[in-house]
Amino acid sequence: MLSDQIQTQINRELGKYPADQKQSAVMAALRFVQDEKGWIANEDMADIAVYLGMPQMAVFEVATFYHMYNLKPMGRHTLTVCTNISCMLCGSGETVEHLSKRLGIGLGEVTADGKFGLREGECMGACVDAPMFTINNKKLCGRLTSEKIDQILAELDKQ
Amino acid sequence: MINIEIDGKKVEVENGRSVIEAAHQAGIYIPHFCYHKKLSIAANCRMCLVQVEKAPKPLPACATPVAEGMKVFTASEQAVKAQKGVMEFLLINHPLDCPICDQGGECELQDLAVGYGGSASRYQEEKRVVLHKDIGPLVSAEEMSRCINCTRCVRFGIEIGGEMELGQAFRGEHAEIMSFVSGTVNSELSGNMIDLCPVGALTSKPFRYKARTWELSRRKSISPHDSLGSNLAVQVMDNRVMRVLPLENEAVNECWLSDKDRFSYEGLNSAQRLTRPMLKQGGRWQEVEWQVALEYVANGLRQVGKEAGAENIGALATGNSTLEEMYLLQKLVRGLGSDNVDFRLRQADFSADGKQLGAPWLGMSVAELNQADRFLLVGSFLRKDQPLLAARIRHAVKRGAQASVLHSADDDLLMKVANKLIVAPSEMVSMLAQILQTLAAEKKAAVDASVQPLLQGVATSATAQAIARSLMSGERSVILLGNFAQQHPQAAQLQLLAQHIAALCNGRFGFLGEAANSVGGYLAQAVPSAKGMNAAAMLASPRKAYLLLNVEAELDTQNGAQAVAAMQAADMVVALSAYKHQASEYADVMLPISPFTETSGTFVNTEGRVQSFKGAVKPLGEARPAWKVLRVLGNLLNVAGFDYDSSEAVRDEVLKGMEVSSKLNNQLQGLTVQPAAAMHGLQRVSEVPIYATDAVVRRSAPLQATHDALPPHAAMHGEELKKLGVTPGAQVKVKTAQGSAQLAIAADDKLPMGVVRVAAGHASTAWLGAMFGTISVERA
Repeated sequence: MLSDQIQTQINRELGKYPADQKQSAVMAALRFVQDEKGWIANEDMADIAVYLGMPQMAVFEVATFYHMYNLKPMGRHTLTVCTNISCMLCGSGETVEHLSKRLGIGLGEVTADGKFGLREGECMGACVDAPMFTINNKKLCGRLTSEKIDQILAELDKQ
Repeated sequence: MINIEIDGKKVEVENGRSVIEAAHQAGIYIPHFCYHKKLSIAANCRMCLVQVEKAPKPLPACATPVAEGMKVFTASEQAVKAQKGVMEFLLINHPLDCPICDQGGECELQDLAVGYGGSASRYQEEKRVVLHKDIGPLVSAEEMSRCINCTRCVRFGIEIGGEMELGQAFRGEHAEIMSFVSGTVNSELSGNMIDLCPVGALTSKPFRYKARTWELSRRKSISPHDSLGSNLAVQVMDNRVMRVLPLENEAVNECWLSDKDRFSYEGLNSAQRLTRPMLKQGGRWQEVEWQVALEYVANGLRQVGKEAGAENIGALATGNSTLEEMYLLQKLVRGLGSDNVDFRLRQADFSADGKQLGAPWLGMSVAELNQADRFLLVGSFLRKDQPLLAARIRHAVKRGAQASVLHSADDDLLMKVANKLIVAPSEMVSMLAQILQTLAAEKKAAVDASVQPLLQGVATSATAQAIARSLMSGERSVILLGNFAQQHPQAAQLQLLAQHIAALCNGRFGFLGEAANSVGGYLAQAVPSAKGMNAAAMLASPRKAYLLLNVEAELDTQNGAQAVAAMQAADMVVALSAYKHQASEYADVMLPISPFTETSGTFVNTEGRVQSFKGAVKPLGEARPAWKVLRVLGNLLNVAGFDYDSSEAVRDEVLKGMEVSSKLNNQLQGLTVQPAAAMHGLQRVSEVPIYATDAVVRRSAPLQATHDALPPHAAMHGEELKKLGVTPGAQVKVKTAQGSAQLAIAADDKLPMGVVRVAAGHASTAWLGAMFGTISVERA
């Protein structure tokens, strides 16, 4: 079942679209679920499908198409490192390596305490700041160096 | 119209057409994978790239609309270079092991790779691997690495099947075709995805690795199952049917087949096939020679005729028998002096007999269904009973037609339904009367006196009014009576009301025929005349001798329990059957006859289309075509006019000089109706499940493994269950006047109150007897 809060959020979203095109709100609906739970389970997709009157498979298609949706539980702070060409040329390899070493996890994994997750991401459209990662898809951190990463991790660790 | 030029050829095409359609019209082939004439345009395979004058780069022919003066080059240097490039990309990830692929020899990718592919691959890296999936017993998705992501299967599901069961998940190199949470594909049209798949990703599970396409010979045939009469290409190897594919016929099945038509062949060589005549002697079954069996039958019939009178002989056939078989059966019985012959075994109400001006039929052509703009579906399990007619109506609804439903079950039709009246069976007549009442009031027209008794004291509900207004607002309104309405105890009243509704809204009404030969049976005169007994009467007051053609008494009749009792009470029962079945308990003789692939014959489909076919293989064992068996019986019994030398001669005797269309008429005249007495207690709602309709499908193992073939359970509205204090899932005892059955019970809040839904046509529910009537449920 979708929580009351999510339903309210989806309803607000639905106001933006014609009544017979409720499926337009699917991306927003998936985002609301992820914001609340940290990830999107198949059951959530099925619930969204019923709520928006669309096929379950169509929700699944959307959820699997965009890399920003977590399809398995991720850490409380999920760091998504861009590994596309610009970041790669500017050293995203080292960023990943450093993060792996510091957190003790590889890409697509979560720390044992559930605090940090590490993901690979696609171009974030801000190559001027390469290399970069996002925190929970909300906050963009660029021009990363080992020191800067350690500083960010320390701050996150405190939260 | 628009004038364009393709490869120097001038073509005139309709505005809005695409370049690939224009090329097709001009007889020019453009290679393609994702394009399909019946599906929406995806333009994702890029194989159909062509050069267009003044366009800076090659354009996909399937997604490029024609424009005046356009010059297209399909085989220019630029076009061929683009096509070859696309082919090289497609082959990067596609396995290059055609010899071990089930699709080899009939693969669109293989064919086009010969034309556009290189002789060797330049790709050295690893190919992607896509895991196999299990999507059910009919369609194999064992080799999804072969998928080129054309999405034809996905689009078929959404657009034709009506339900999106497959989709393309993930993206880019990781994109794969799959179902949600590894579910099975349960569509009754799923087999078409096999035909649509241009590569070996989706293949036929039953046929997989059974034969190569070039080893098979192709014979035309007609489907013996539902009343559409789909055209089949039966593929044969070593005198065995290996596979069935659709034969394209735009007016009938288009390029599709229902799974029932496609996979029923698996039942043809079932271990239960009856291959030698058998005689019960001293309580034991013995295989005998044909001569012995036929003489036994002839003597027996002669004796019954002499001692008890010919009217003690009854003949029953299923609606899946051919025109020739039914004609000879009635000719034989009538030659013996009896008039007891019928093929409408699941019908309960015969009061229309003699009042009907012709054979009941669809009332229009199948293709006209697509053009209708208002539908009223009365008592129809449409998707399961006529899957491809459902697809046509779905198509019409997609284009703006309104469909309304009056039924006792609310199964998802996978289309938009404008208005729904879901009521208990006993209320269907009064609901239809409400619709007529509203129409008459709105049109200020007087209602014919013949239907007046049904309108007495009927108050119109809001939904009935909405349906009436919907019908009235259309230009081509259609009222269709489904299987449930035809099997209904007040079928004639429903028909009469439909007739008057159609007249008031200037529409048409018709029957969605139940079986392949529901119309043919009438043309073959396999129905009793005024002095004879109909199917129900023959079983209610048992005869001394029965001739059964394809009939499994407990499964093919309206009241299985009663039918079996009648058989057991008879002195002689002759079962002409392709299979050994329960007849061994009540019959005296079992004569092995050929199923549709082993005989020639004719089916007349629900629109009155006469379709003859020839045998695809030789009869199995000593089985013989039923028309030949009946011919010999006719001769042995000295009935005149049984010297046919072919089934065509029989058909010509029936149809020669007959204008079939003049024999089709749904109008009732002179029928007097009385409202049925009110019913108390729970009522039974029953359907014959899609894979339980006839002897062949019942024995097709892959069809029996589908979701639709799960053993029957009882279902009731949740509130009704609460009243009984039964929890869903519990075992209950379901009882009728005739018998009882122990079944699991489920809650289904889409059912109306006051009904118990229990499927018929299955051994576990046969003893419940009548398909309609009162029923009770108690804790087991």
